[in-house]
Amino acid sequence: MTFFLETLIGGLLAGTMYSLVALGFVLIYKASGVFNFAQGAMLLFAALTFVSLQEQGLPFALALILTVVVMALGAILIERTVLRPLVNRSQITLFMATLGLSFVIEGLAQGLMGAQVRALDLGIEDVPLFWGDVMVSQFDLVAAATAALVVTVLALLFNRTRIGVSLRAVADDTRAALSIGINLNRIWQIVWAVAGILGLVAGLLWGARQGVQFSLSLVVLKALPVLIIGGFTSIGGAIVGGLIVGAAENLAEVYIGPYIGGGITPWFAYVLAIVFLYIRPAGLFGEPAIERV
Amino acid sequence: MTPQMAEPILQVQAISLSFKGVKAINDLSFSVRRGEICALIGPNGAGKSSLLNILNGVYRPDSGEVVFEREHFRGIHPLEAARRGIGRTFQNNALFKKMTVLDNLLTGLSRHTQSGFFAQALGLPRARHEARQFRERAENILEFLELQPWRSVAVGKLAYGQQKRVELGRALIAEPRLLLLDEPMAGMNAEEKHEMSRFILDINRDLGTTVVLIEHDIKVVMGLSNHVVVLDYGRKVGDGTPTEVQSNPEVISAYLGTVH
Repeated sequence: MTFFLETLIGGLLAGTMYSLVALGFVLIYKASGVFNFAQGAMLLFAALTFVSLQEQGLPFALALILTVVVMALGAILIERTVLRPLVNRSQITLFMATLGLSFVIEGLAQGLMGAQVRALDLGIEDVPLFWGDVMVSQFDLVAAATAALVVTVLALLFNRTRIGVSLRAVADDTRAALSIGINLNRIWQIVWAVAGILGLVAGLLWGARQGVQFSLSLVVLKALPVLIIGGFTSIGGAIVGGLIVGAAENLAEVYIGPYIGGGITPWFAYVLAIVFLYIRPAGLFGEPAIERV
Repeated sequence: MTPQMAEPILQVQAISLSFKGVKAINDLSFSVRRGEICALIGPNGAGKSSLLNILNGVYRPDSGEVVFEREHFRGIHPLEAARRGIGRTFQNNALFKKMTVLDNLLTGLSRHTQSGFFAQALGLPRARHEARQFRERAENILEFLELQPWRSVAVGKLAYGQQKRVELGRALIAEPRLLLLDEPMAGMNAEEKHEMSRFILDINRDLGTTVVLIEHDIKVVMGLSNHVVVLDYGRKVGDGTPTEVQSNPEVISAYLGTVH
């Protein structure tokens, strides 16, 4: 029983790392209706910028603030050069644009800041804690607490500010928002900046765990099953989806793995996602498309 | 002061607009006096909605000018129109269906926000003060349009007539001096039309808002407005009080149908 709990809790906590990545997608998808393939590249870019600034001898807080500024400026640049000229184009056009964007950002990041693996130390001691008999990773706890904090801040932003009212209006009906004169360009800039900052948070945690390197941009692929399970349009869905994927991966590895030769963590989440596509194509919290006939 | 004596708040001067060579509006001129309710009538395709779109800056006319509050402009940006006090509603209810009535009203103030994004996110005093003020305005609108019972209900769940009223409220919350209503009673039953007419009259009388509206129901128009402009194929074929317009032979043949 203790072992089962340990596996489950470890999985759930690790799942919040996926949730953090998925949140960035959900924000942009809600506001601009596009699956932003460049989210992973943004995550890599943020982590690389932070590490490079720290290597220059900047203290943690200053490096963090500067990286936030860089991500916000990047968001404004992306809005001006990619989104604004392509407004009202089809979803696939926008998706292709973000695909191209992801390569540009990755290339720029590595060209400017180097392609070697960088160590990133957030000062979190990765010594396991014990809750009774159950062993819990301290790093995973910090990641989970960060995810909780991020969701709280986002909820406050969306529900307590008047910018939040406009953000929700754009997410609800972009055309209606345009017709009552909500400044769509500014909303996009804000949303992409927030997604960039989310990328920074996720990038720091993933970077501390795996080292800051090119493969960091591939965590987008890990966010996909989370989004399919939780739904592309729900912040709560990104959290729950991440928890489900994390827990399922861990449990499957331990309890199913031995029968089929182990090593199933890399693909089990996708199997789960396909099952969800059969039974609930819009995800747990997504909005099913209703067509009138 | 009766509207008949008041100075014009809006003058349309020799406006023309065409889409790919098709004339939607042809050399149109008329004035709207401060404090009146002016109805635009005419068959489908007469150019009524195009005219509203020019007035609040969605379209730019090919020639001619609009004078609003003594300021001349050819094309005006919609944001600028809103800031100067021109509010409008849409034919196809541009509401946010998943948001509550209260939040929908607040979206009408998104262009009037003075405090910046960070001031709001950090809850600075100035932003908080503004938030309180906006909230108060929203409460007043809820009361005025008798929408209080539904303040926290998602707009998509309301009846059609109530949705139209929310849209009216969203335009009203910005305290416009000129309110443009594009078919505010389309698709309503008699009772809902009566209710909506009452609200429009209240807005006009109690808030002093000048109203320009498009409406097809001739009975409603005659009961509601004190000035009627009749359009046909982008030209003005009638302009006057409801009684004058009703007896104008050209209007009768263009809009009310030929008398046999």
